[in-house]
Amino acid sequence: MITLTVNGKTHQAESDPTTPLLYVLRDEMKLNGAKYGCGLGQCGSCTVLLEDKPVFSCQIPISVLEGRKVTTLEGLGTIDEPGRVQKAFIDEQAAQCGYCIAGMIMRSEGLLRRNAFPSDAEIRDWMQPNLCRCGTHSRILKAVRRAANAESGA
Amino acid sequence: MARFGRIIVGLVAIVIVVGIGFWAWASEPAIDPVSRPAAGQFSKASIAKGAELAALGNCQACHTRPNGKAYAGGYPVETPFGTIYGSNITPDPDTGIGKWSEAAFRRSMHEGLRRDGGHLYPAFPYTHFTKVSDADIKDIYAFLMTRPAVHNTVPSPDLPFPLDIRMVMAGWNLLFFHEGRYQPDGSQNAAWNHGAYIAEGLGHCAACHVPMNMFGAEKTDKGYAGGNAAGWHAPALDKSSPSPVGWTKDELAGYLRGDMTPHHGVAAGPMADVTKVLAEVPHADVEALSTYILSKGATKPADARKAAIADAGKKSFQVTTAQKANFKGSAKDGEAIFAGACASCHFDGGSQPFYRPVDLSLSSAVNAPNATNLVQIITHGVKPAAGGSGPIMPGFGDVLTDDQTASLVGYVRKHFTGKPAWDHVDKAISTSKETAGQ
Repeated sequence: MITLTVNGKTHQAESDPTTPLLYVLRDEMKLNGAKYGCGLGQCGSCTVLLEDKPVFSCQIPISVLEGRKVTTLEGLGTIDEPGRVQKAFIDEQAAQCGYCIAGMIMRSEGLLRRNAFPSDAEIRDWMQPNLCRCGTHSRILKAVRRAANAESGA
Repeated sequence: MARFGRIIVGLVAIVIVVGIGFWAWASEPAIDPVSRPAAGQFSKASIAKGAELAALGNCQACHTRPNGKAYAGGYPVETPFGTIYGSNITPDPDTGIGKWSEAAFRRSMHEGLRRDGGHLYPAFPYTHFTKVSDADIKDIYAFLMTRPAVHNTVPSPDLPFPLDIRMVMAGWNLLFFHEGRYQPDGSQNAAWNHGAYIAEGLGHCAACHVPMNMFGAEKTDKGYAGGNAAGWHAPALDKSSPSPVGWTKDELAGYLRGDMTPHHGVAAGPMADVTKVLAEVPHADVEALSTYILSKGATKPADARKAAIADAGKKSFQVTTAQKANFKGSAKDGEAIFAGACASCHFDGGSQPFYRPVDLSLSSAVNAPNATNLVQIITHGVKPAAGGSGPIMPGFGDVLTDDQTASLVGYVRKHFTGKPAWDHVDKAISTSKETAGQ
């Protein structure tokens, strides 16, 4: 049995060790922030942080996660107290259908943990793997910018 | 003491005389600047042919920086000696080749000299371009001179002394450079000769697929025994090719045009950029290239092919749902990692066979003499060249720890090929994780 550490809490997974993390998050732990999009690691809607790096949870067998830290959307803040990136996305109203947004927020969070002062070009480059079909890209980019500025006090 | 002083003076004098002699011998004249030729002076046919030839030479790979303007230079070419930046070959008069006459351009291709007479470094493969005909160079010139001029100053090469002195390349040329146009081989047919002209000239295949000596020159006596390219292993193209099934002409031509071939998969790494441009040139050129390259020996007799394919079928990964539940899931267990991370696509009956991946037993990366390419693919995945379409695989560089990657690599090598484990897998993993994906 695999022991996962998600948002600081441990969880004994009942699924077999080859099961993708995404299924365990949603089905066993009822953490529904990460979404199932393509199931191929090509769209980014299932993005979570592994240590501090954004990864596709649909592609990760839980067998490789023993002793490592996973953070999901739910780990960044609450409805009453949203995290810095969540707040920036709310302030910019950066969502249309919203399906991609949890992944977008997690990828942004990964960027700011690694680079507190990203340039616009770096933001665009970093966000490349995550897709949005509604065309909300301008607002998403503004939200990341806003979160970065809040971070740097600019 | 006075005698000692005389010896010093004598030695200094000798050094000066030899230095002046070398300078006089190695110096090359500048070719007078011209005003940028008007676009109207080139025929449409010549520009179009030039575009095809520039694609065959894959010029833009090294002469365009990532996300930069085409041909405006700045791409860092990593060499064992330091970094050299691809030059700006747009017709900008100040930072590009706008002042270069056709004669100056031809001399750069044939002799490795800038318009001002300065030596170019052989990271620019003039050692191959010297074989290109004057007529083809004229067309490439027409193509480049009609591109948009981009003002972009390229960084100076980052090379240690004495390699930072360009004239030193005159000595390198004396040892390793053989100037001269391609000479057809009368014992071979026209397709073979055309392929050889492309491969040995503009295509400069050997720059990656031939091993290098300590001076960065190709070991021509080794033939196409495999080399390195931008952090990837460039597999052997001769009879030591790692492919267990070998290549047919149709397979190779399809692969070179970017097709997914059942027994070889699709080009990855720097070769993916090559296949993207080869998809744009006339089929006859790629067919000829295949004819020539296959004459180096990467073919297999029909029965050996059949046996290799049958053997691969036996090794394919099979696991039942019941077995899956029993995997201990140790993070060090390569088979368990494979079952979770890879098997959904990489085994017959996997849950996601959108693209039927190449059987891993037949993969050149898994059969290669070193772990480099398998590690690169696991770390960075496979994706089509920018703007292209084709097979995909997500990268696992941020998912698997180095130890987990090493276990997976060890398992894949052993299970699918039965060949001896690779050395230096750890080094391949740390190097791959340091570099950006292709």
